[in-house]
Amino acid sequence: MSHTWSPLDVELPRVPLGAWTESAVDWATGALGPVFDAVAAVVDALVRPLDELLTGVPPVAVVLVLAGLGWWLRGWKFALGTAVGLGVVAGMPYWEETMSTLAQVLVASVLALLLAIPLGIFIAENRRASTVARPVLDLMQTMPAFVYLIPAIFFFGIGTVPGVLATLVFSMPPGVRLTELGLRQVDKEIVQAAESFGAPPWMVLLRTKLPLALPTIMTGVNQVIMLALSMVVIAGMVGAGGLGDVIMFALSQVEVGSGFEGGIAVVVLAVVLDRLTDSVGDRFPSARAQRLARQAA
Amino acid sequence: MARYATGSIGEGIVPALAVKSLYKIFGNRADEAMRRLANGAPRAEALAGLPATAAVIDANFEVRPGEIFVVMGLSGSGKSTLIRMLNGLLQPTRGSVQVDGVELTTLKPAALRKLRREKISMVFQHFALMPHRTVLENAGYALEVAGLPKAERRERALDALRMVGLEEWADKLPHDLSGGMRQRVGLARALAAGTDILLMDEAFSALDPLIRREIQDQLLELQAELGKTIIFITHDLNEAMRLGDRIAVMRDGRIVQIGTAEEILTDPANGYVAQFVADVDRTRILTAASVMEKPHHVLDVNAGPRVAAKALRESQTSAVYVTGPMKKFLGTVTEDDVLRALREGRPSLDGYVSTERVRTVTEDTAVADLFADCAESQHPVAVLDDRGRLTGVIPRITLLSALASATPDEVAPVDEPAPDLAEVELVGTKGEPA
Repeated sequence: MSHTWSPLDVELPRVPLGAWTESAVDWATGALGPVFDAVAAVVDALVRPLDELLTGVPPVAVVLVLAGLGWWLRGWKFALGTAVGLGVVAGMPYWEETMSTLAQVLVASVLALLLAIPLGIFIAENRRASTVARPVLDLMQTMPAFVYLIPAIFFFGIGTVPGVLATLVFSMPPGVRLTELGLRQVDKEIVQAAESFGAPPWMVLLRTKLPLALPTIMTGVNQVIMLALSMVVIAGMVGAGGLGDVIMFALSQVEVGSGFEGGIAVVVLAVVLDRLTDSVGDRFPSARAQRLARQAA
Repeated sequence: MARYATGSIGEGIVPALAVKSLYKIFGNRADEAMRRLANGAPRAEALAGLPATAAVIDANFEVRPGEIFVVMGLSGSGKSTLIRMLNGLLQPTRGSVQVDGVELTTLKPAALRKLRREKISMVFQHFALMPHRTVLENAGYALEVAGLPKAERRERALDALRMVGLEEWADKLPHDLSGGMRQRVGLARALAAGTDILLMDEAFSALDPLIRREIQDQLLELQAELGKTIIFITHDLNEAMRLGDRIAVMRDGRIVQIGTAEEILTDPANGYVAQFVADVDRTRILTAASVMEKPHHVLDVNAGPRVAAKALRESQTSAVYVTGPMKKFLGTVTEDDVLRALREGRPSLDGYVSTERVRTVTEDTAVADLFADCAESQHPVAVLDDRGRLTGVIPRITLLSALASATPDEVAPVDEPAPDLAEVELVGTKGEPA
């Protein structure tokens, strides 16, 4: 039987990307073990006390503190909404889980921002670093969220720490991007003005660029917190505890009721955190001045 | 060409600023670009097919201490790039910039910053004030950079604000101020720095015509008082002629002529400059907005006849301009109208306003088209903006003086003070509304 050759017969080379990743993770688990242990210890030392504090104090205290914060930042209507929303959550059986989730979100977001904002500043000042960082950020943001859980288990085992760290990686990109964007959007003439009077680069950055970029950076902070909240539930898959556990359990048992209760608790947390962080940015004088300037224009 | 394009100030004077064979090429293959441009070929032809743009080509000039040196050119002529090389905001591709004899192009970053703090400050087209700092903090910015103690900073910034008449606004934010005031803050910021050289990049181009002339006058006064060396960039020949001791005309990256206003008007270096100044000389280029005066006696239509009578008496004129809601121009009322309103006991001027005795024109009407209106209008022609609001008036005598200074043969030497139009008008229009 004769067979004429056709270009369609050419087989593309197999790319063993999965195998490479596995061996890289294997190698890292062995070689970087002490590093991971140290990271795990730090994260644990941050999450555990906060978790214990939030679950330890009576729910009313937490509700009052958050409602008070809401009053200060946005006014009494929002404070009332916060109190009612959190009151409903406190009336359901999952208050402790909600507080664990809050603790994880806060720690993950703060750590993410501590990495994201300096990185954003760096790539805003350095075009080459920006070209390198861009695809990495794209990858971090588009990779399906629970894929992060797999290496996290390898490096850190099961529990809260891998959950928080996977959350950190997943929620970081908008913090970096919006910091870079905010800095790049600062009026070039104003930056030149600062430079033309002989201001050194650090002074231009700290006293001119960062204050003017602050509203955009605060949008990044808000986005980071929102992404962290969405991820922390997925982190329930690795036994991170909190509302993720509640929802995973409800899913496996097809319990509509407790699933809905867990879901509502997430929604209430999300709305409160979103509105609170959204208005923090407005309280900075530079943000207010710029808003007024825009209105005047 | 050499006759016109060298800006040398002669032997024996140390220039405040000297520029030699200065090039700025953006893009790649700058050496090849400069080689092709060396024989004076036009920029577009010389660089065809090269991945480079030449913003400044072989600029040479010297600026005397205490001189106002204007660089004039249309957009894209390279003037903004040129000025940014004078304080090192842009690094030249080739050539030399000397400030007080110090070569700027080879300075290390720290030395360059020191030179900017001590010798050169800059005023920007869009003011470039920091919106999150008060007027005082903006004015004192250079002193903050220099590390002065707070009290001294405050004092010197207030001094500078006083010079531009804004010390009462010290604690406001920039957005509380009008455009003209913001640019005066920009000017105060540069003055507070205490440097001998001021770079002004299209500093007044974003301002309304009347405000622009006001701030030009203020700059000339300050210059007479402080004796700064000013390099002023503009695309407006009228502004160049008004301010410049000497003017450099730029086209397509090259300086095509350097000279006093009179030299450029009477002896243009080439067809381009001739056309440029010819256009501006022609009354077709000057607009109503550029010659109009501030309307002094304007009343709201709801003002009573008594107020109108008082205004007429105080201004010693025979008519006042009347505006309605949203400052819309309605017409004029004369002494007779006001008397009639008083006799008939009316509470407002409504019904007595007439449009017959005054002609109206828009701000962009060419001066050439004003003659008929001026001749037929009993009172000075009213200039309205696109929303019908009164923005200025043009008495006949103002039009005539504008004409006189726009005709090449009768251009007054720049160092001679121009006739004070306000005074002329007062004499010439006695018994007429101002």
